[in-house]
Amino acid sequence: MNTLHSLALVAVITAVTLLTRLLPFLLFGGKREPPRLILELGRALPCAVMGMLVIYCLRSIDLTAAPFGAPEAIAVAVCVGLHIWRRSTLLSIAGSTAVYMLLVQAVF
Amino acid sequence: MNRNAIRAAFPLTVPVMAGYVVLGMGFGILLESKGFGFWWAGLMSLTIYAGSMQYVAVDLLSAGASLLSAALMTLILNARHLFYGLSMLEEYRPIRGLRKAYLIHGLTDETYSLVCSAKPPEGVSPAAFYFWISLLDQCYWLAGSVIGGLLGQVIPFDTTGIDFAMTALFVVIFTEQWLTRKNHLSALIGVGVSLLSLLAFGPDRFLIPAMAGIALLLTVFRKRLGEEEAKA
Repeated sequence: MNTLHSLALVAVITAVTLLTRLLPFLLFGGKREPPRLILELGRALPCAVMGMLVIYCLRSIDLTAAPFGAPEAIAVAVCVGLHIWRRSTLLSIAGSTAVYMLLVQAVF
Repeated sequence: MNRNAIRAAFPLTVPVMAGYVVLGMGFGILLESKGFGFWWAGLMSLTIYAGSMQYVAVDLLSAGASLLSAALMTLILNARHLFYGLSMLEEYRPIRGLRKAYLIHGLTDETYSLVCSAKPPEGVSPAAFYFWISLLDQCYWLAGSVIGGLLGQVIPFDTTGIDFAMTALFVVIFTEQWLTRKNHLSALIGVGVSLLSLLAFGPDRFLIPAMAGIALLLTVFRKRLGEEEAKA
């Protein structure tokens, strides 16, 4: 691993994150109203991005070879089930991660 | 005056403390399992300070991603912060200088949920009140991630599969949004476009076409997204 490249990655991620937080204050710090398109996208974007990130996390599953993504499928189902049942973020994450670790270490 | 502000701010931050310490520990352990020691976790929690982005950053760092793809990923994932800023414009307008800079840096999902709903009590300056909420939250996150990084070095059991914590985090947020909204169009666009892009471009190249497709479709369908949201 290249330490310098890792530091550069942290710097870039920091800069872009800060930019997303700072931009509204730079652009609309006066009295100007933000355009409607921005506001509309702002309401819809988070759901779409979370869907994309779920796919991103699961992108490397090989459905053509054993275990055909079964540990991931089971753990995601456990996660959704736990969350609908208790609506507790920490319980859903800890429970499904434990199930996944058990599956990949001991079952498959 | 500062003591009053801390006294007013602290109780509000307790729920965030629980979440941040645990999620921060998960981040620290995950990062350590990829070979980045606790000081990396500490550095990232000081500088980046964005929960879900830091989980993704574990991936980017361990894969040695390019700076451009890291920047794009950060932009699309943190674009929601633009809207936190928009809704805090008025409250933060009178605040000046370094304190304001810190408030803007500290505008995470959780801190935003506190500062946008909590009002400073009588006799407490809003600037100090918001500042302490923001600072306490970051302290929890920083402490959790450093503890996680240290724990990761001494954990006696096999951590294979612990990276599922990141998948679980996004599945939880996605499920929570699904349950609290009546309009699922944008969630379906996100999943559908990403799947199509994954099939078309493969796991290493699908993200940027997916982002472009999502932005395009949301723009095209923005009327329908807005209407149904208004009804919901």
